[in-house]
Amino acid sequence: MSPLTRRAALFGACACCALATRRAVAASDFVEIAPGMVFRRGVDEQASVANADAIANTGFIVGAESVAVIDPGGSLADGQALRAAIAARTTRPVRFVVLSHVHPDHIFGAAAFTEGAPKIVGHARLPAALATRGEYYRRHLAELLGAEAAGPVVTPNLLVADTHTLDLGDRRLTLRAHRPAHTDTDLTLFDERTGTLIAADLLFIGRVPSFDGDLKGWLAELDALAAIRAARVVPGHGPVTTDWPAAAADLRRYLSLLLTETRAAIAAGVPIEQAATRVAASERGRWALFDDYNPRNVLTAYHQLEWE
Amino acid sequence: MIPRRDLPLLLLGGALVAARPAWADDDEDKRAARWKEVREAIFGDRAIGDGTSVVGLDAPPRAEDAALVPVALLVKDPARVSGVYLVIDGNPGPLAAHVHFGALADPRRLTLRVRVDQYTDMHAVAETRDGALLAVSHFIKAAGGCSTPMGSQLDASLADAGFMRLRLIGPVAPGQPVQALLMVRHPNFNGMQMDPVTRNYTPARFIQTVDIGFEGQPVLRLDSDISLASDPAIGFGFTPPKAGKLTVAVRDSSGAAWHEAFDVAPLS
Repeated sequence: MSPLTRRAALFGACACCALATRRAVAASDFVEIAPGMVFRRGVDEQASVANADAIANTGFIVGAESVAVIDPGGSLADGQALRAAIAARTTRPVRFVVLSHVHPDHIFGAAAFTEGAPKIVGHARLPAALATRGEYYRRHLAELLGAEAAGPVVTPNLLVADTHTLDLGDRRLTLRAHRPAHTDTDLTLFDERTGTLIAADLLFIGRVPSFDGDLKGWLAELDALAAIRAARVVPGHGPVTTDWPAAAADLRRYLSLLLTETRAAIAAGVPIEQAATRVAASERGRWALFDDYNPRNVLTAYHQLEWE
Repeated sequence: MIPRRDLPLLLLGGALVAARPAWADDDEDKRAARWKEVREAIFGDRAIGDGTSVVGLDAPPRAEDAALVPVALLVKDPARVSGVYLVIDGNPGPLAAHVHFGALADPRRLTLRVRVDQYTDMHAVAETRDGALLAVSHFIKAAGGCSTPMGSQLDASLADAGFMRLRLIGPVAPGQPVQALLMVRHPNFNGMQMDPVTRNYTPARFIQTVDIGFEGQPVLRLDSDISLASDPAIGFGFTPPKAGKLTVAVRDSSGAAWHEAFDVAPLS
């Protein structure tokens, strides 16, 4: 058992009482999945007051000199919980905060990491995406959680257009900017020391994907990720897995079905509102939150594919 | 325990946040007052009767995507009806569309995709040939559709603005009605998307009129406003008397105009 894991276990013992009040994040939720690599699995729920939008996976990686946060969380409150989890484990400074893509459940915790002015790392297209969406996200998150708990929009100041390596001191993280897939701002990371691929929202396990980018592009980027020999993979939603690339099979099946059945509906003249209730319906029993996301995924896919 | 509010779903570009916006309004009296205000602004003091036997409004009870809500206007008594209005009471521009049917229209089913900004009643108001107004309503739960950021198609919508496609749904035969879907590439900016860096809104630029004819005879004219979703898609029925060209003229609020003609030929 590594020191980090032991400390996580201690935190776990005193977190039980916190569960009774349904706190958004308990310290025990942060688990060391590999040496110096800690993640908290998001809950498979919609954002709510009770969960403080802690619905995506968030975590950090500790090097000899500094720490990188990989997705700071879904709200300022969520980011503060992550910051506390880091402080409980290391005194090394957070030098990098990586925003894996534009969606609010992954990035609104960034405002918790102003101390020491870490680099805020994002896809080269992220500033433009935040310019058009950030304030809208912030306003609606603030309506749900209150402005203080939601936090402000934080804009990246280290942009990745292709690949980039972060040095945490004797530990290198390779970032890769993807073509439009889940969104048009997707970044993934690879930790060379532990062979861990952090796939962020290019990988969903168990929770139905949300689709906001390019369907064919996403399938193509999955092919590229599948070629990576990874000891373990961290999805954006769902459990950490060592079963790679097999763990992407469900996602690939869902996206392929979304693509082929939406195309078929368009070709057959099935109106968009009927397609939304029919396409990928065979997947319903296989995913959490299916009815919350699938109809909208179909609308997005239909609008995209009808112009093919 | 923190009380859970009764939350509709608010879609945030693929990530969902459940929210009950402060301005969401499911109080029937307030909605009735809003409708009175809106209908007086649009129709003045004209009486509006119950349209149940004449017109229908098909829309979901809850929007999956408030920026892309499929709506169908149904005309149950085509011989009596000259046009239909779609009113989304709670939108910043409540008159979403006015469709005037021409001689070759089959008015029984007209579909649009709209933005819906808050919990609201929507109204389909049929205008009869003798000048009466008859309405039905539908309550929809939606939020934020008018300020929703543009989706993944924005670049294409901008680059190809005015590009059109026509899909004919079903076989074409002379004298037989056929359903068609007209698709127009256009961002339909409504002026409500803000840039937090420049603090500017993207200026409104939206489709105002769509004129559809067939070999010189009118099919329909659509007058629209900021409530149509980006890349407007208009489903309509028409009855081609023979093979020929369906002509479409589109004009937007900046004065830009586009014309297109589509061959409509019977399958034989």
